[in-house]
Amino acid sequence: MIAGLILAASLIALLQFFVFYCRSLIAATSTQVLSVQTRDVAGIEDARVAGGDFGRLLELVQLCPERREDRLPIRFVRAYYRLLNLLSLTFAKMFPDVGAWAERERGGCAYFAAVTLDRRIAFSRNLMAQQMSDQL
Amino acid sequence: MSFRLLRGVIGVGVLTHYGFASKEYTYYYYYGDALLTICLYFVVLHLFSHVFDEMRAERYLRFGASLLLVGTAIFSYLAVHQASNRLITRFVIEMSQNLYFIGLVLTYVLWGAMLKLRESRTQLVQLVLSLGVHFSAFAASYALRNLNPDWHVALQYLAQASGIWLPAAWTYTLLRTPADARLVPARLAVMHR
Repeated sequence: MIAGLILAASLIALLQFFVFYCRSLIAATSTQVLSVQTRDVAGIEDARVAGGDFGRLLELVQLCPERREDRLPIRFVRAYYRLLNLLSLTFAKMFPDVGAWAERERGGCAYFAAVTLDRRIAFSRNLMAQQMSDQL
Repeated sequence: MSFRLLRGVIGVGVLTHYGFASKEYTYYYYYGDALLTICLYFVVLHLFSHVFDEMRAERYLRFGASLLLVGTAIFSYLAVHQASNRLITRFVIEMSQNLYFIGLVLTYVLWGAMLKLRESRTQLVQLVLSLGVHFSAFAASYALRNLNPDWHVALQYLAQASGIWLPAAWTYTLLRTPADARLVPARLAVMHR
């Protein structure tokens, strides 16, 4: 009985803490402005990024040289994005508010991916500039 | 983190000397885990003191947490004492489940206080949230083991996998999140319309 109650409470808390943690990662990137180069590469026209672009942006991220510091947050946000997709597929039709919220969150995930891409492009440029200056 | 590392190193020694299925390793594993959880209580207390540093409530917090810890141990002992014909490892699993759950409650209270006091340090927010994930994942897995003792092998692997979470998340936060970074915690907890 007690174990059952602890299990239920822990699972709810786990979901809540995980969502808050991922949102804290996304919030840390939400105020960053994307560079013109990244917008061109990713085909982003205005300041908003659609949630559906997340997968495409991550593919672009993976084409760039890897930065160690990106690895973990990308994994967490990807897991959060999958959770949101599941939420959209299951509850969005019954509860339109939940669907709208999930779509906004998916947009946040996509913006996070765009900022990660921006950082990786800047990193590759620095790497190239460093290599060229070493050759001279 | 150092305690965790130390426990891992000694654990490898015990494992190679006595073997995976030995009583010695089982006792070492569970009691070591319980000790680590108690160490994490002190981390939570330290985080509490960070959040409440202007209120000078440290003494009360220490007293409250000690009371909670002793209460948990007594409760676990009494719960298992009623079924004294069971193995002593049963006591450890029950105690671990309760310890992790109390850790979860403490972290939840801390998170609530952070929301109320509008704590905005990103590092602190992420440390507390990752601690919440750790405690809740372990409390859930121990509760599940308590409900279904036959699943212990599968759940032990799950526990090992979730054990990676806390060191990974804290390392990322401490190394990669700038100390002066700020965010609004209330925005994380609210569903914007």
